[in-house]
Amino acid sequence: MANHTHVQNPKVDVAYRRKKNAEEMKHQIISFTLMIFLTLIAFFAVGYEGFSAWFSVPFILLLAVVQVIFQLYYFMHMSHKGHELPALFLYGGAAVAFITIWAFLTIVWI
Amino acid sequence: MHVEEKLTPETFPAEPEKATLEGKNKFLGFWFFLGGETVLFASLFATYLALKDSVAGGPSGKELFQMPIVFLATMLLLTSSLTSVYAMHHMRNFDFKKMQLWLGITVLLGAAFLALEIYEFTEYVHEGFKFSTSAFSSAFYTLVGTHGVHVAFGLLWILTLMIRNAKRGLNLYNAPKFYVASLYWHFIDVVWVFIFTVVYLMGMVG
Repeated sequence: MANHTHVQNPKVDVAYRRKKNAEEMKHQIISFTLMIFLTLIAFFAVGYEGFSAWFSVPFILLLAVVQVIFQLYYFMHMSHKGHELPALFLYGGAAVAFITIWAFLTIVWI
Repeated sequence: MHVEEKLTPETFPAEPEKATLEGKNKFLGFWFFLGGETVLFASLFATYLALKDSVAGGPSGKELFQMPIVFLATMLLLTSSLTSVYAMHHMRNFDFKKMQLWLGITVLLGAAFLALEIYEFTEYVHEGFKFSTSAFSSAFYTLVGTHGVHVAFGLLWILTLMIRNAKRGLNLYNAPKFYVASLYWHFIDVVWVFIFTVVYLMGMVG
């Protein structure tokens, strides 16, 4: 809960919060720019014929993981306080996801 | 603080989505659901990766996938993720009209993405790449189609929230609803990042 009930002058509080929100929005735009940049690199890496699949596949997978971290921690606010349980849920899901994909890739050979 | 209380920018809490017990519960429950969604998509990705080379004489990903369409779709969805961040920014500033505006832009971008995907699928079917063509085609349509259904559901969800609360304005009853819908929208983009990388880009590499 916000502490607005204890604030002497609520207008000051609003001005402060607006400023904080504006600052956060600036970070969001920076992470969006980086995400666009990572996407462009991934498309160029695949379009460029000088790279072999042995290089470009792990490379674009790494770019995807980095981009998803930006999405989760900035756009979905996981970098904020109070996201311990969401992190547990998401990483729990991701762990099962990893094992599932690993199992299918090693067991299925048709 | 009562859920339906009329709020002003001064009394509106900094984290309106978590200011009530109901909001806190929605927030946690929704993240738990996203953990489950991760597992759902993982099983579809695993199936796709295991079967992607079983083309059974039909077209392969390398022959089908067109970089311009995938690039445009990616840009549309990524931008719609940013516009929903803007919507939540205005929600925290207690600016209902601007929030509605940015949610509207998000819906338009999402609808454009969906239209592009429908166009893409009809093109594939014309080229003889149907759901039952091969193990690869079934796995492809199931994975990308499930994502598309999520986009369609997300659009309907956000639109419903916008219409249902158009006259109510912003309060602690609907702030968690908007917040959770925006989380869903970001998650759809998270899944798409893996789809364009694993399905399309890796498919084009061969």
